[in-house]
Amino acid sequence: MADFDIPELKETLEIPPLKEDAMAHSKPYVAKAEFQEALGFPGELIDNWEDVAVKKLGELKGKFRSLQVFLDSCVKCGACTDKCHYFLGTADPKNMPVARQDLLRKVYRRYYTFAGRFFPKLVGAVDMTREVLDEWYSYFHQCSQCRRCSVYCPYGIDTAEISMAAREIMDAVGLGQKYCNEIIAKVHKIGNNLGLPEPALADTLEGLEEEVKDDTGVDIKFPLDVKGADILLVTPSADFFAEPHVDGLIGYAKVFHETGASWTLSSYASEAANFGMFIGSYENMRRVSRRIRKAAKELGVKRIIFGECGHAWRVAYSFLNTLAGPWDFLDPNYPVPQHICEYTWDAIQKGKLKFDPSENDHMTLTFHDSCNVARASRMGDKPGGQLEIPRNIIKTVCNNYVDMPENTIGEATFCCGGGGGLLTDDLMELRVKGAMPRMAAYKSVVDEYGVTNLAAICAICKTQFAKVLPYYGFTMDQIVSVHQLVGDALILSDAPSEDAGDEADDE
Amino acid sequence: MSALSVIYALLFYAATLIFLVGVGRKIWIYAKTPAPLKIPTMPAPVTQTGVVLRMAREVVLFASLFKSNKWIWLFGWLFHMAMFLVLARHLRYFTDPVWWWVNLIQPFGKYAAFGMLLGLLGLWGRRFFVERIRYITSPSDHLMLALLLGIVITGMSMTFVSHTDIVMVKDFFRGLMTGSIRPLPDDLNLLLHLALVATLLIVFPISKLLHAPGVFFSPTRNQVDNAREKRHIAPWAAELDAAESGN
Ligand code: HEM
Ligand code: SF4
Ligand code: SF4
Repeated sequence: MADFDIPELKETLEIPPLKEDAMAHSKPYVAKAEFQEALGFPGELIDNWEDVAVKKLGELKGKFRSLQVFLDSCVKCGACTDKCHYFLGTADPKNMPVARQDLLRKVYRRYYTFAGRFFPKLVGAVDMTREVLDEWYSYFHQCSQCRRCSVYCPYGIDTAEISMAAREIMDAVGLGQKYCNEIIAKVHKIGNNLGLPEPALADTLEGLEEEVKDDTGVDIKFPLDVKGADILLVTPSADFFAEPHVDGLIGYAKVFHETGASWTLSSYASEAANFGMFIGSYENMRRVSRRIRKAAKELGVKRIIFGECGHAWRVAYSFLNTLAGPWDFLDPNYPVPQHICEYTWDAIQKGKLKFDPSENDHMTLTFHDSCNVARASRMGDKPGGQLEIPRNIIKTVCNNYVDMPENTIGEATFCCGGGGGLLTDDLMELRVKGAMPRMAAYKSVVDEYGVTNLAAICAICKTQFAKVLPYYGFTMDQIVSVHQLVGDALILSDAPSEDAGDEADDE
Repeated sequence: MSALSVIYALLFYAATLIFLVGVGRKIWIYAKTPAPLKIPTMPAPVTQTGVVLRMAREVVLFASLFKSNKWIWLFGWLFHMAMFLVLARHLRYFTDPVWWWVNLIQPFGKYAAFGMLLGLLGLWGRRFFVERIRYITSPSDHLMLALLLGIVITGMSMTFVSHTDIVMVKDFFRGLMTGSIRPLPDDLNLLLHLALVATLLIVFPISKLLHAPGVFFSPTRNQVDNAREKRHIAPWAAELDAAESGN
């Protein structure tokens, strides 16, 4: 199936002996000039790139305290060295978080510190050379910006911040990554990652309405560009057609239907994902975010709710107020934005939704905490709500639920292996190997408790798992959307009579 | 007055100046560099008090390190806590009369040196024996441990092996504090100890020892989780907003 070795899933996660340069060959395709320029970057590697790169680094460390503090503070204690899924899966020492940081730090030291300027050998400082740039391109595209290392570092050094800065510097000298930059260019132009224009989107949603009608006998709407609706739903565009994402979208629509909500999607802001974060570009991230502001104003909505997507929720929860706020024109009774899980859980607690969890009895579920949700956002009003609320929902709508081992969930969760702008076929080896720790944890509950499915609330996780599960002897349909579970178990009160019997039983 | 006393006096003035200006400059840079986005490592406290507690757990208990690796935590925590005790004990050479609490910790402070020694040896050992840590170690990391170990060993041999004229040493430092140079015992052990300490002060602001001020400025640890409730915006980012009217 693959032209590389697929890691073995062992019972206990082992720290591999180092294999130097094991992944030195891994490099994503380079972005074409057209897309670079659409994002405001040089089309190709500029002539004086060494100078520009060093200057850009200087600029960034003056704009981001995280970068300045993290570059100075690492003591090389080694606590993070065994925490990265890419290191555990590939054994390449440059995938140890501190070693990844050092790729940038050694240049910082050379140009911006006394010790590095005068005693480069002593502190491992090096000049900005083509070799260094190539190494950056390779290894800063082997970090999914999952922040697991930052949980374990005594100073909270977050390698994601370093990767973002490195990618921003590479973009600034004209060396961008194809996958991310093409996608961002599409969002700027059309409004979503897929480049799906309004008519195609309208068509897709109409198709969904028919499908759900056939299935349930109920007219469940998927409204688009409805002015004056209460809720603007912003969801990852993968929800419009990919499996199992679309089942999640159907689930949201059923929940909105059942709660009698007035809601709409927007064709202008038809994307929750924001790849501007992955490339560390504040400006691009801001530009993408402001589409949501514009859509919310034009549609005159009162609230904004985000669909299931990990990094999108990070940008939404943690950054949207900064990038596109203030939200003083929306209803102050609701946080801006909200997560669909917050909405559903709230409706469940208020008794607005009735379920028949036996609809999900053919499955035993476990839940994958997406890194950006777990370690970079929150749901509800208490710390840790982002971990509890999705589980509470699943346990409400399913009878069989088991957690994976403690050290692989919650704040310690392992990335799916495809986050951070790496969800592209040209990085397949990395994606498969990086998924190993999660797959091993999954296998342990499959073996021990007969778990059959893995639920997630992230478009990237879902796509990644659908792709990598088969490499580890599972099937691609074992990954499900949380709102798919919700939708399947939800009892629609206006369903035709045959279902009414079920409902009566339940009450 | 021996030339040696003058040289050491000047050395300590210079080292202290470099330390204060160097670290002060870095703290100034950290403080004035904006953190444009909310990036606390979640789950994070939702109040400022919560953040103070989180930071206290990090600085006093090395909480994240404890989660991470028990050996590094054990050696690292032992070394640091012992070092703080030893440093506190050293206040007796600069105060007259000696503060009551410095007297109180005197007996513990004396033996804390063994904790430092053990901690440092443990940390240094890992740099040789653990493959991953060997890989990330630069010569400067070895030198830093050697320097600290040098300070500890020369210090211990004065406490436990051959005493120096401590009254004279105290007089020397009390003198420096008031701007007068007084004689220092010409005891090789002491001179070595003091030279290494001065070196430590000098390299502090240009080395990884910046983790000490750095930890307090780490946005992943010192930010409140309140992004939805309160708009957080850096001055340079606010300019982008201002440049666009409307919307
Ligand atoms: C706020 C004060 C400080 C805090 C919270 C702190 C915390 C830490 C932590 C968590 C580590 C990593 C674990 C370890 O290797 O021990 C570390 C390493 C280290 N610290 Fe500190 N530290 C502080 C002040 C200092 C000071 C004042 C010095 C020296 C004068 C120092 C010297 C070192 C050294 C040399 C290491 C690296 C040890 C090695 O090479 O393995 N620290 N510190
Ligand atoms: S952020 Fe995640 S992927 Fe990147 S180095 Fe840290 S643990 Fe690895
Ligand atoms: S845990 Fe933090 S301080 Fe220790 S080596 Fe890793 S990044 Fe550096």
